[in-house]
Amino acid sequence: MNWQDLALTAKLAGIVCAMLLLIGMPVAYWVAYSRWRWKFLVESVVALPLVLPPTVLGFYILVAIGSRSPLGRLYETWFGHSLAFTFEGLVVASALYSLPFAVQPMAAAFAQVDRRLLDASSILGASRMHTFLRIILPLSIPGVITAAVLSFAHTVGEFGVVLMVGGNIPGATRTVSIAIYDDVQGLRYLQANQTALALLLFSFLALSILYGVNRRAWTAWPPR
Amino acid sequence: MNAVSSIETISADGASLSVAVQKKFSAGGAPGFSLAAEFSVPSGITILFGPSGAGKTTLLECIAGLARPDNGRISAGDRVLFDSERRIDLPVSQRSIAYVFQTLALFPHLSVAQNVQYGLARLPAAEKRLRARQILESFRIEHLAGRKPDAVSGGERQRAALARSLVTQPCLLLLDEPLAALDSATRSKIIADLRVWNATHRIPVLYVTHSREEVFALGERVIALEQGRILAQGTPQQVLEAPRHESIAQLAGFENIFDAVVTTLRPEQGTMRCCLQDTQQKGNVELEVPLARVTPGAKVRIAVRAGDILLATEFPRALSARNVLRGRLLTLARHGVTVIAGVDCGAQIEAHLTPGACDALHLQVGQELWLILKTYSCHLVAG
Repeated sequence: MNWQDLALTAKLAGIVCAMLLLIGMPVAYWVAYSRWRWKFLVESVVALPLVLPPTVLGFYILVAIGSRSPLGRLYETWFGHSLAFTFEGLVVASALYSLPFAVQPMAAAFAQVDRRLLDASSILGASRMHTFLRIILPLSIPGVITAAVLSFAHTVGEFGVVLMVGGNIPGATRTVSIAIYDDVQGLRYLQANQTALALLLFSFLALSILYGVNRRAWTAWPPR
Repeated sequence: MNAVSSIETISADGASLSVAVQKKFSAGGAPGFSLAAEFSVPSGITILFGPSGAGKTTLLECIAGLARPDNGRISAGDRVLFDSERRIDLPVSQRSIAYVFQTLALFPHLSVAQNVQYGLARLPAAEKRLRARQILESFRIEHLAGRKPDAVSGGERQRAALARSLVTQPCLLLLDEPLAALDSATRSKIIADLRVWNATHRIPVLYVTHSREEVFALGERVIALEQGRILAQGTPQQVLEAPRHESIAQLAGFENIFDAVVTTLRPEQGTMRCCLQDTQQKGNVELEVPLARVTPGAKVRIAVRAGDILLATEFPRALSARNVLRGRLLTLARHGVTVIAGVDCGAQIEAHLTPGACDALHLQVGQELWLILKTYSCHLVAG
């Protein structure tokens, strides 16, 4: 097993997981409480990575961060190099790809909090932020744990998007799932098996934690 | 008939609530329920009484700011909470109103003490603890401070919810059937504590209920609401003991409601005779009822409590009651400690008696009976 690939994968998944909790929480709050009539469009966009082939998503991300797109050029003028085939690019792509796995469990958990508790909180003088931090968040901890575990595990296991956006650069963009593919291509079955077994055990552990804290881990969008 | 009586002037301490709101709900394009209520109440407990669906909760939600009236004005004391003309709509969190929901909505993850301190977020910690302890003591739940709401009894949860609302020193207290789930002994103890609290904190309390007993236990004033309209307001006795509206009569426990036509007036007696309407084919059934400002031939509606009707197995003599009706016992059913007798005397009349009385009379279905109704047990109500 290549420890460099494993460390890189863990670092990527950790950063993406933290990012997604930060970005996903306000998105989930909005999805859970907004009464905007076109909300379903946003829900669909957020859920897209669930159904889209990773290569399609990877392809568009690659185009978007490439030096021909305005976004890519802006990044290049600021940082001096392209996002494509770098660790940072991989972080952006993975975050987009795993977004629904962070947003959906949190939105479902937020929406399940009794509306009367929120009314009671505002009647007692609390601001929306205060209500969120003191009532909604503590009552949604299982949902937040589910979001964290799912987005971490999903980032560890992704393959298509990483290959499209990151390529296969050891120490920069080669994650364990790419490494397994590489090992199989090179007929190094023993190595491939070690890594695969490690991933299998990790996935089992992640799901055990998830179902241990929450019986309704795989929730769909919150009920309307 | 206009059943709305005028309300006494607002108390001198200035704490009062005045409400004039309209709100329409449309059900799939069609005009649905609409609320149009105008009233003002002084400090002290006012009961908002009416059947479910009358708009009681909607009215409270408008006052609290959880629902937005289409137009109108709401003010508490000299603070304007809502005014559609002046475009004032204070956010819920700034209205300083206390609202205890039917479900109580205690925060399940916080202890009773933390729940009570929740509304005091802006105070220094020492002050918070002091105030929380004081209110817990006055509602006699200081020993539960460290427990979660799940771990205390129903009555104690009610007390905790009241304490949490009142510790913020609100200018108005809204209670939405908070005691409906409790047994009457626990309920009357909580009501007593609420009264004691209200005696030192003179704020208006709006108490929603559909229970008649609660109206008499609590009320200084009653506002009767049905289908979004105020039907009557006044003391419990004025509104419920002598209901002037059929729907209030039904709510207030008048089991017998008859349509009748006035036949003769007897102003010198203070009474009039009325013929019950669906009896004309079988020979008239007449009742002597208190005099009202009507002319012979006018249609009236008469409400009689089943418990106010006497039963006799022989024709009674030497009796002050003016109405003795001959009939046949159709049904006899026992519900707990009440025996319900259905009697046909031209009109179907329900009478209640105790099991003891039923046994003593040896009542049998099909037997002949006389029903005795006092004039003053017959209440005229508006349809």
